[in-house]
Amino acid sequence: MAIDPTTNRDPTGRTVPGAARGPRVANAPRLLDVGEAALVVEFGQAVDPAVHDRVLALDAALGAASVAGLGECVPTYRSLTIHYDPLILDRAQLCRTVTDLLASAVPRPRAGRLWTVPCCYDPALAEDIEAVAAWAGLPAAQVAARHAAADYRVYMYGFAPGFAYLGGLTADLGIARRESPRPPHPANAILIGGGLAAVATVPMPTGWYVIGRTPERLYSGARRRTFLVEAGDTLRFEPIDAATFAGLEGRAAGGEIIARMEG
Amino acid sequence: MDATLSILSAGGGITLQDAGRHGYLRYGITPAGPMDPLAHAGANRALDNPPDTTAIEISLGGVSLTVTGAALDVSLVGGGFRIDHDGWPLPCATALTLKPEARLTVRAGPTGAWCYLGVAGAIDVAPTLGSTATHTRSGMGGLDGRALRAGDAVPIARPRAALGEPSILELPWLDRPPGTIRVVLGPQDDHFDPAVVAAFLAGPWRIGARGDRMACFLEGDPIRARDHNIVSDGIAMGAIQVPGTGQPIVLMADRQPTGGYPKIATVIGADLGRLAQARAGDSVRFAAVSVSEAVQARRLAQEALAGPIGRRPLVRTDFTSEFLLARNLIDGVVG
Repeated sequence: MAIDPTTNRDPTGRTVPGAARGPRVANAPRLLDVGEAALVVEFGQAVDPAVHDRVLALDAALGAASVAGLGECVPTYRSLTIHYDPLILDRAQLCRTVTDLLASAVPRPRAGRLWTVPCCYDPALAEDIEAVAAWAGLPAAQVAARHAAADYRVYMYGFAPGFAYLGGLTADLGIARRESPRPPHPANAILIGGGLAAVATVPMPTGWYVIGRTPERLYSGARRRTFLVEAGDTLRFEPIDAATFAGLEGRAAGGEIIARMEG
Repeated sequence: MDATLSILSAGGGITLQDAGRHGYLRYGITPAGPMDPLAHAGANRALDNPPDTTAIEISLGGVSLTVTGAALDVSLVGGGFRIDHDGWPLPCATALTLKPEARLTVRAGPTGAWCYLGVAGAIDVAPTLGSTATHTRSGMGGLDGRALRAGDAVPIARPRAALGEPSILELPWLDRPPGTIRVVLGPQDDHFDPAVVAAFLAGPWRIGARGDRMACFLEGDPIRARDHNIVSDGIAMGAIQVPGTGQPIVLMADRQPTGGYPKIATVIGADLGRLAQARAGDSVRFAAVSVSEAVQARRLAQEALAGPIGRRPLVRTDFTSEFLLARNLIDGVVG
């Protein structure tokens, strides 16, 4: 795919109309400037596993390439933000590198790992599960069962340390997010809202609904493996009762990894 | 012998900051780091520290502190703050040896919103993910992940003390009055009609009162995107997002790593500090520049930072007669 990213803008920095954002080739990503020290490669506008695979393929290719001046890359649902030092790495050179990698890097099937994550749906811990049950017209146990039946793709982190956005929620649980945030959720909350699921490590006010808690920590500064899962991994939630939660919580607090990894 | 900076009093929002916790955005970790990176680096440069050395970022709340254990060279670089050294005023860009028990007080002055206290030595706090930068929202970095407060003891390893009496630092490149802030349009400027982009650039915008290290809120005639929700993507420092209210928000050092509002433009690196130093009620405009112009501005800022820093000895007659009168130092002269 031939992308000429140097034609994105005219000399005043304004977007050139028409072919401005790269040629209208099907599936051609757009290269958009984020100031002079970051470039976002946008593969689409939607939450879509195929789009996300392309994001991760470029992320992996850039991670493997040794490019002086390249900073961190941030994968999201549909784009990869590439930070760079423009005094070392020229924008046009970065665009050429990206274009070359896009031409050669065929998105492979994801090599993401599968994690089984214990989750307690007891209403004592799942503070909002009754509210979701009332909205869905289901018993709380059915909300838990349906949440636990799906596999979730880790699309990205964001919002807060160890806040993982997950795709794969059943439409039955597609409750909209709250109009105004609820008070801070507990640590390691399992959330749903707006058609997505999430795991939220650090307590924060939230517009999502707390439907469970896991003893696992996706982020723990005290653990050798600081971050447990990567974008592209798959999570599966395994229901546990409150007594099991209490036991596992103690082990996790001691630095043990509770979730089981396969693949 | 190690030194300790003892915080005698502190307003809100005074934090330890190095150049930021970079490399973990993909895990939802905000870099934090200085609001005015150039002034932060300048405070370190004045002490021959590496530019990313941990310094104290002082907010408009002000701070009063003293050093114990050993004398310590310090620098103060940033906005036009009022600085008092044991009863004597100092210029707002200065470096000196702080002797044990001497008291240094930094208060909001006529201009600017942030001032950096550089330290000749190592602020000895444990790094988190390789950085001491404080991010209070996630409780990370600095002293226990929080802002400094009265009673805190900030340990300084390997203190140096060679500067002696206060000198005036000549940093003309830090004289950056707010006014016109340069931006590169995008990454989502195509979510706005051209007339809306023009209105954004025409401004003017007033700096709102509820700004903090996370964001600078702009107030003015509302501008609206064609769709004010996008699927979340990454947020760089300086990104200007436009929520449904039509009042733009510039995301700063403590921003969330990702967000779902369209971003009409991004403040260029060289002007981040200029915007950060603007105060509530100040008026700013935005001017679109190309990426190559933004890179050139960045290069000029780096060259200025790397250049020699002029130092003039502080002569007490630099003070106004009003000040001297207030101190009763020239009684009898004007009788």
